[in-house]
Amino acid sequence: MAVIRDVMPAFELFQPASIEDAQAVLDRYGSGAWVLAGGLDSFDWLKDRIKRPQALVDLAGIPELKGIRPREGGLEIGAMTTLTEVVRHPVVRERYAILLEAAESAASPQIRNQGTIGGNVSQDTRCWYYRAGWACYRAGGNICYADTPEAINREHAILEADRCVAVSPSDTAPALIVLDAQMVIRTAAGGERIVAAQDYFVGPATDITRMTVLQPGDLLTAIRLPAAWAGARFYFEKVRDRQVWDFALVSVASAMVMGGGGSGNTIERMRLCVNGVAARPLRLEAVEDLVRGRPRNEATAMVASNLAIEGAQPLKFNAYKVPLMRNLVKRAIRGVEAGTWTS
Amino acid sequence: MDFLTWGRSPWDQPILTHVSWDLFWASLFAGVAFFVAHASYMVLSAHRKRHAAETDAMEAARAHLPSRIVRHSLPARLFHWVMAASMVVLLTTAFLPIVGVKFAWVTWHWMAGLVLTASILFHIVHATAWLDFWSIWVGPRDIPELKAEVLRELGHDVPGPKPGKYPLGNRLYHQAIVAAGLSVVATGLFMMVRVRTPFFTRNPYLFSDGTWGLTYVLHGMAGVGLVGLVIAHVYFAVRPEKWWITKSMILGWITRRQYLEHHDPDRWVVTSPAPPERT
Repeated sequence: MAVIRDVMPAFELFQPASIEDAQAVLDRYGSGAWVLAGGLDSFDWLKDRIKRPQALVDLAGIPELKGIRPREGGLEIGAMTTLTEVVRHPVVRERYAILLEAAESAASPQIRNQGTIGGNVSQDTRCWYYRAGWACYRAGGNICYADTPEAINREHAILEADRCVAVSPSDTAPALIVLDAQMVIRTAAGGERIVAAQDYFVGPATDITRMTVLQPGDLLTAIRLPAAWAGARFYFEKVRDRQVWDFALVSVASAMVMGGGGSGNTIERMRLCVNGVAARPLRLEAVEDLVRGRPRNEATAMVASNLAIEGAQPLKFNAYKVPLMRNLVKRAIRGVEAGTWTS
Repeated sequence: MDFLTWGRSPWDQPILTHVSWDLFWASLFAGVAFFVAHASYMVLSAHRKRHAAETDAMEAARAHLPSRIVRHSLPARLFHWVMAASMVVLLTTAFLPIVGVKFAWVTWHWMAGLVLTASILFHIVHATAWLDFWSIWVGPRDIPELKAEVLRELGHDVPGPKPGKYPLGNRLYHQAIVAAGLSVVATGLFMMVRVRTPFFTRNPYLFSDGTWGLTYVLHGMAGVGLVGLVIAHVYFAVRPEKWWITKSMILGWITRRQYLEHHDPDRWVVTSPAPPERT
């Protein structure tokens, strides 16, 4: 039978005006419900007719999920805030520039106008074997088609592979982890749950069919940015095959606070995260511990970058990610000031 | 309720992927229902031990027997508890994620599987070379005992044959655990070829999709079967009238009176020396 593309299967469309109404629909349809944020992940699934939900719950009409507001010295960003709104927000630009860079690196201007920050962090992996609808581990089956002798796996994982070798496609996720963001989840039972950004994402070892901790009926409502890392020295870099409208091959985000009131050359504290190398963005805590109290120089960057890639297991076509990740970590530690170094 | 789950292959053919995890709940329910039903029945059932007077007479006639009879040697007990521990790890790592407790389970699961495999290999060698191999198996010779057991369960005072070393229920349970255990171990060892371990180069194409599907289904069937079997085993182990058997699996021995009360001395002939008595 021919595969029909670009014609979505029929579903009931719900456009609730409140979180409670949205969750009532999710509860009513259970596994037959599908949450729609910006639609950039969802419509791929639907047009490919791989996912066939009975009910689509469009969150676009819920005002409390939108907007950026100050909160306890930081910011609270509604999950349905578009990436463009995040990029243009003056406080994000001034104090959380790494989120600006990460959001601005996502896809294209049109997509950033439509795509939401909640959708960006909650989107599904782009592994094409999985997205083709085959019965791979992530789809509930018993094989990873991307980890076979002849698989095309140039974009896949080099770390934390556990049966599945898919990677997280989110650009904003590593920046949010570096900023120690808090994810606000309205649970299916109606309660509120706050999860640290680094715990929001799950790898295949823990749950092979999900990318995040969201359970059926849960909604990500907001992302809170604390003041702790506001104004730190940030570094974000996304390496991709083309400079627009592409997912990261590997990306790195870091926030660094220097000793001596910020003017010294000793790293007082640092948060570092890479993405595109595993099914979840990886915070490199061992590297953070290593560099704490060390001078910010080439030697520290070298040692740290070598530590970062320990345990990497490349597949047939993605061995390039190992030196790429090592060099990005090195650059994240050296920062943009490295060009002025003499040694 | 579904029994099997299916997926589509890259060639758009239907392929078996797993048993339906509905069967896990069915097995759990069956195990719990069994122990509730059995416990209820046992409240009213006939007492199946020998009468005290009969045991007294036998004990007087067999005063030469040691006061402690070795029922399980140290290697046999070690095997049992290692196997039990690995089985607990296997079942919890297999089924907790299915019921919603998420954790990194795969490595623990195959490591416990290897422990189970090693313990079973040891048991086969040990039982073949050092134990009465056939004493645990069931065959046509056990039909009179089966009839007597059924009649006793129905409340009749039947003088018929008593078990040898292992009660009939024990032996029937052993058949079931052998079938489920060997199925789960054999399929599990092949399934290890599909995940990353230090032992094999991954080879997802060792079998065809269809054969892999059957392998996963058999592994799943045996796994959910073991849930019910383990519940039944633990239930019998903690029942007061079976505690003497459980205790023997810990200490290794039973008393002479327990031996004469529950066993047929002609079918289980005690020849081994008694363990040293503590003073």
